[in-house]
Amino acid sequence: MPDETNILLGHGSGGHLMHKLINDVFIRHFSNDILLQQTDAALLHIESSEIAFTTDSFVIDPLFFPGGDIGKLAVCGTVNDLAVSGAIPLYLSVACVIEEGFPLSQLDKIAASIAAEASIAGVQIVTGDTKVVNKGKCDKIFINTAGIGRVETSMRGVAAGNSVAEGDVIIVSGSIGDHGMAVMNVRESFNFKSNLESDCASLNGLIQAAANAVNLKFMRDPTRGGVATVLNELAVKTNLGVVISEPSLIVKPAVKALCELLGFDPLHVANEGKVVIVVSPNEADLALKTLRNHPLGTDASIIGHMVNNHSGRVLLENETGGRRIIEMLSGDQLPRIC
Amino acid sequence: MKYIDEYRKKELILSISQKIQKRSVKDIVLMEVCGGHTMAIQRFGLRSLLPSSIRLISGPGCPVCVSSQQFLDQAMAYARQPDVILTTYGDLIRVPGSVTSLEKERAAGRDVRIVYSVLESLDIARQNPDKKVVFLGIGFETTAPATAAAIVQARERNLGNFFVLSAHKVMPPVMKALLDEGVKIDGFIAPGHVSAITGTSIYNDLAEKYKLGVVVSGFEPADMMQAVLMLTEQLEANSPKVEVQYNRVVHIEGNKMAQHLLNEVFVAADDVWRGLGMIPESGLKISPKFADFDATKHFNVPVEPSTEPKGCICGQILRGNKTPVDCKLFAKACTPDHPVGACMVSGEGTCASYYKYRD
Amino acid sequence: MCLAIPAKVLSVDGIAAVVSIEGVEYTASLLMLDNVVAGDYIMLHAGFAIQKVDAEEAEETLRLLQEETDNRPGI
Repeated sequence: MPDETNILLGHGSGGHLMHKLINDVFIRHFSNDILLQQTDAALLHIESSEIAFTTDSFVIDPLFFPGGDIGKLAVCGTVNDLAVSGAIPLYLSVACVIEEGFPLSQLDKIAASIAAEASIAGVQIVTGDTKVVNKGKCDKIFINTAGIGRVETSMRGVAAGNSVAEGDVIIVSGSIGDHGMAVMNVRESFNFKSNLESDCASLNGLIQAAANAVNLKFMRDPTRGGVATVLNELAVKTNLGVVISEPSLIVKPAVKALCELLGFDPLHVANEGKVVIVVSPNEADLALKTLRNHPLGTDASIIGHMVNNHSGRVLLENETGGRRIIEMLSGDQLPRIC
Repeated sequence: MKYIDEYRKKELILSISQKIQKRSVKDIVLMEVCGGHTMAIQRFGLRSLLPSSIRLISGPGCPVCVSSQQFLDQAMAYARQPDVILTTYGDLIRVPGSVTSLEKERAAGRDVRIVYSVLESLDIARQNPDKKVVFLGIGFETTAPATAAAIVQARERNLGNFFVLSAHKVMPPVMKALLDEGVKIDGFIAPGHVSAITGTSIYNDLAEKYKLGVVVSGFEPADMMQAVLMLTEQLEANSPKVEVQYNRVVHIEGNKMAQHLLNEVFVAADDVWRGLGMIPESGLKISPKFADFDATKHFNVPVEPSTEPKGCICGQILRGNKTPVDCKLFAKACTPDHPVGACMVSGEGTCASYYKYRD
Repeated sequence: MCLAIPAKVLSVDGIAAVVSIEGVEYTASLLMLDNVVAGDYIMLHAGFAIQKVDAEEAEETLRLLQEETDNRPGI
C-alpha cells in the first residue's frame, strides 16, 4: 500500500503519482486560468515597456515560525523585491525541492500559505515545478519563487537612487528586528519564551500608497543584514553620508530584550515586512502620514537623513549626541557572553 | 527596560561629563579589563564625552580574544572525533586556531552547537547518551561558576558523557602582570559582573601595593561615567582605593555561593593568554576531584603544536604599548573578516574597533 | 565579564526561577543564588541568576546622579 502521508521519491518522477500531487496540492490551492492551462511555460500578456523580473530561494529553518511559514515568506520575499524596484507584482512561479519522507500535511499547509499570501498581494502563481530528492539530500523543503512585475513609469530608477541628495530624509516603515529575532528564538535551543512574531508581509500595497503620494527617491527592503546593510548600500550608491538617530529607531520591547540578552544589534537583524525609503525633506511629513495610514506602516518613523560629508559611511547618533559608525556585517551576529 | 534605561538618560550622562571636564588631573590613563566595558564605551560613544586629558584604554578583558591558540586547536581536535558534540558560547565560533575555526569545522560537517547557557549542554548530553558532549569553558569569574554548577549537576545525575575543556581565567593576575611590565596605568575601571561574584577584596593589592585606584563599574553609560569621575576624584586627592560604583549589584563580599562553586570545582593554574603568553595562576583548571568531567583527562587526541602568527603584535596592543596602526598586518592581512590575532577576533577587540573607525 | 541583564522574577520553583525581561520569559538557574522571591530583580548571565539587584542602592545611585544634574542648569 502506498504511503500517502509522506512524500515519496515517486512523487517527483513525472508519472501518475506526481500529477496527483500537483492536482491535489498545488492546483487545488493556486488555481487560476493561466495555471490551469498546464503548459510547460505560462503565456502572459503584459503591456509595458519595462518589466521587472526577480528570483529568490527560501531555505528557512524552522519551516513554521510565529507570524508565518516558508510559503508565506516565499511569496512576500519575491513580491517585495519587485515592489521595491518600482514594479507592480503580477505573476510568480513556485518551484519546490522536497525531501523524501516530508509529511504531505505540511506541504499542504505551505501551499495554502502561498495561495493565501498570493491572494493578499494580488499576484497569480502561473507556473511551477516539483522535484523530490532522496532523504538527506535537502533539508525538508526548499522553495524558489521567481516573479514578474510591470514597472511604473513614475518609479523608474527608484532602486538606483540617482536623485538622492544632501538633506533627503530616510524613513523606515515600522519596528526593526522582528523577523530575525522571532525566527532565531524558535530555531535555537536558548529557551527564551516570547510572543514575538515575524513581520513577514507583502509590501506592494504600502509602497503603492506611498508612491501615489510622494516621489520615492530610493527604496529597499531590509532583509538579511538588516537596516544597517540597506543604509550602507544607500551611502555607497549615492556617495553621500547617512546619519541616523538612535532614539528614532522603533524597536519592540521583546526585540530589545532579546538583543540585549544576546548582545545583538537590531540594526543588523533581518526584517521581512519593512521598507526603507528616501524622500525630499519637503515631502517627509506627507510620506510619513501616508505610511502610517496603512496597516503595515503604522509605526513608520523618520530615522535620519543624507549628508554631504562622511561619503559612503553610515553614522549613528546616540541619545547623548555621540556618534558611532554602523557597518555591514560580514557574517551572522553571534550571541556573546561578554 | 528597568535598571537599564534609567542609566542611559542623556541629562545624567552629560552632567557627569561636565563634572569630569572640570577636574584638574591631566594626562591620565584609565584601563578597563572587561569586554562588556569595551563594548559600552564604543556603543555609547563615551570617549567623546571625556576631555582629551583622560585616555581610556582596553586591557585583555575579552575572554574570546584571550583564548589561546592551543585551546582552540584542542577544541577543534575534539570536534573532529566522530562521536563528539561540541558545544560553545556563540562568539567563539569564528575565532581562528592555527589552521581552522569552529565555524569551518561545522561547515565541514562536525557537530558544533551554539548554546546560551552551559545547562543546554547538559540537556544535550542527557538527550544523546551515545555521544560525548564537550563544553568549551571560556570566560572569567562571572561565567566560571556556571560551568562549575554544571559539572556538579553532571556528577549528581551521573552523566558520564559530559566533559568540559576549561580555558576559564581570573582577572587580578593579569592586571598585576601588566603593571609589573611597566604599562602606564593610572587607575582601573574594574569589571562589574566579575566583582559581583568575587567581591572587591581581589583588588586590594592594586590599591595598597601598586597605589592604583580601582572603581568597580556597572555597564550603562551613566555607570561608567560615574566610575571615571570617581577615579579622577581619587587621583586629584591622591588617595587610591578600591571603591564600588555598581553597588546595586556588587557587594564587598561578592556572591558566596558562586565562590563556593568555584573553589569546589576549579583550581588555579598557570595559563596562556593569547597575545600575552603564560601568566602564573591566572587560569582555572578542573580539580582532580572532578577529573571525570575534564575533557583533557578523558580524550587523548593529538594536537599539532600551535604556531603564533608572524607579525602579530597583539601582545603589545593588549598592553597599551602600541596601537593597531603600528601593526604591519592591520587592515591588510588582518581584518574582521579574516582575523589573525586576538585583538581583531572579537568585535570588542582594540583592532576591531580601530578598523571600524579607520579613514 | 559581562553580558548580564536585569530580569524580574515571576515565580520560583526550587533551583529555578521564571524571570521576565520586557515580556520575554526565561527559566533561570538559581544554582548560585538563594533567597530569591517573586518580585525580585536578578542579573541574568548565561542562563544563571548571578546576583540580585538591590532596589535601594539602585535608587540611591540614581538620586546622586540626578542631584548632580539638577545642580547643573542648562543640561
